Amino acid sequence: MVERRPLLTFLTHTVLLIGVAIVAFPVYLTFVASTHTAQDIVQAPMPIVPGDQFVHNYVAALTGSEKGAGSGAPVGRMMWVSLVSALVIAIGKIAISLLSAFAIVYFRFPFRMFFFWAIFITLMLPVEVRIFPTYKVISDLHMLNTYAGLTIPLIASATATFLFRQFFLTVPDELAEAARVDGAGPMRFFKDVLVPLSATSIAALFVIQFIYGWNQYLWPLLVTTEESMYPVVIGIKRMIAGGDAQNAWNLVMATAILAMLPPALVVVLMQKWFVKGLVDTEK
Amino acid sequence: MGAISLRNIVKRYGTGPKANQVIHGVGAEIADGEFVVIVGPSGCGKSTLLRMVAGLEEISAGEIWIAGVKVNDKEPSERDIAMVFQNYALYPHMTVFDNMAYGLRIAKVPMSEIRTRVDQAAKILELGPFLARKPRELSGGQRQRVAMGRAIVRKPAVFLFDEPLSNLDAKLRAQTRLEIQKLHGELRTTSLFVTHDQVEAMTLAERMVVMNAGRIEQIGTPDEVYHRPATTFVAGFIGSPPMNLVLGEAKGASFQTGGQHLPLAAPAPRDGALVLGVRPEHVEIVEQAPGWPLRVQAIEMLGAERLIYGTLGETLFTVRLDATLAHPKIGDVVGLRADPAHLHWFDAATSARVEARPVATTAAP
Repeated sequence: MVERRPLLTFLTHTVLLIGVAIVAFPVYLTFVASTHTAQDIVQAPMPIVPGDQFVHNYVAALTGSEKGAGSGAPVGRMMWVSLVSALVIAIGKIAISLLSAFAIVYFRFPFRMFFFWAIFITLMLPVEVRIFPTYKVISDLHMLNTYAGLTIPLIASATATFLFRQFFLTVPDELAEAARVDGAGPMRFFKDVLVPLSATSIAALFVIQFIYGWNQYLWPLLVTTEESMYPVVIGIKRMIAGGDAQNAWNLVMATAILAMLPPALVVVLMQKWFVKGLVDTEK
Repeated sequence: MGAISLRNIVKRYGTGPKANQVIHGVGAEIADGEFVVIVGPSGCGKSTLLRMVAGLEEISAGEIWIAGVKVNDKEPSERDIAMVFQNYALYPHMTVFDNMAYGLRIAKVPMSEIRTRVDQAAKILELGPFLARKPRELSGGQRQRVAMGRAIVRKPAVFLFDEPLSNLDAKLRAQTRLEIQKLHGELRTTSLFVTHDQVEAMTLAERMVVMNAGRIEQIGTPDEVYHRPATTFVAGFIGSPPMNLVLGEAKGASFQTGGQHLPLAAPAPRDGALVLGVRPEHVEIVEQAPGWPLRVQAIEMLGAERLIYGTLGETLFTVRLDATLAHPKIGDVVGLRADPAHLHWFDAATSARVEARPVATTAAP
């Protein structure tokens, strides 16, 4: 809209500010809660300005030195597990999707369309739908409580394959032909031309998939039974004991803030690339 | 060293009875250092033929030899060719330098050698200041030159051009045409150039190959093709406006078409069904009585000349008239006199050229 009416400007800003407040206030409260002692938080009314326990709470959460009613596993370790899983899932998905899209678009082999549709149809089968058979396979392969068990079932990605396929289809055929005349073999063309051209899409996908991997809840809940293999999202759940137990809410909130940081960092740091990848394709 | 030999080339898509044959046994010999232009209307198979020479399309039958080597089963990179594509096909993420150097890097040419060759090509093509830029920062003409530079640095036996000028505007096209000519004069590399533009073909070619519907209609110098077209197709395709072609019945020195009787200065090469061809510039307007009667239907003023469109019998006929001369009005019937030395005869059934009687050509002043 290019209308210049002061009232309209005021109105739109008000709406935006309300939106920001709705999203930001709970996050702020979480932060405030993570800087008080457990007793302060449970008192009514709850404090709404940051307290003086910031360092103590975060150190306690990261090292697991203070136990509440629930699990007291060190969050530092959980962050590490989450980071490794999210990275493996994101990078694995991108690598596999790039290669399978490359195969489907640039090679003529028997049953090519069958494979394409086979991949495409798995779009309809997310982890939740196939969770029992997948669990059975992972457990039979003794991959429970391992990084492999946490990541491999989540790596195959029809969405990313499809995205790269669509992108490769827009790359002019002459580029592949020029590479052939230049003497570049298929993998050389892939490495020197296709991957650099896909850089922005790869960045966008990395952001999306990293967050997807980081936020996994249901699957890690099934395949991890040891505290040392909990991702941080599971960790938060385990810190909260049921019933009237005295939970260390300050530590839970500190953990929640810690769990929110890496995805936020990835988005902030890669925002430029992410937007570029979604809006323009450099050809 | 860079001679190309095409021997009975056939291209068909699909197999069995449903196969779609697009090139029907094409043969041509191109000498080392020659600049040959393949020209034809869209869909005539000229690009397919070029792509078969490049190795980007399979050859269904026949043989292609480049520099004395049969290349049917060789990869494009092993054929000692370089190709300039219509849309240039520059690698968008690489700088101009890297674009030109890519093939050499893959061929594991030492870096110092790459540098000299690219610098040399950049100098010839005046690309020196742009070596560090990306293709998208260049204008169309500059990109086109980079595409040529990429071909030059490989020092191939053969250059293949696939309509490289058609993405440029008219002015730049004329300029680039001259540059290509100059470049070929310097490098003397065998070149095969595909275009649908007859002006490009006429100006660039040392010899041209006119193709239609997957067959070669004529191979010859631009002069030969223009002055002695081998078929009615060539006669109608080369030249603008195209040659007038009048189907009729010849009997001695008279030609019968659409109820009109046209007197001829010299007898037709033979009696029977023939196609009479005459270019618009080889006709003049004369008194109505002895001339061929043309009913004028439209007139176009082109500056230096005027094009008079009309019907001769039942056939559309064009006359090119010097703009300074008096011209008829629409609806007039005027008389035409064709220069007897510039009449072309074609067989009505096969559309192949029929040579005029030698007497007729010598008799004409």
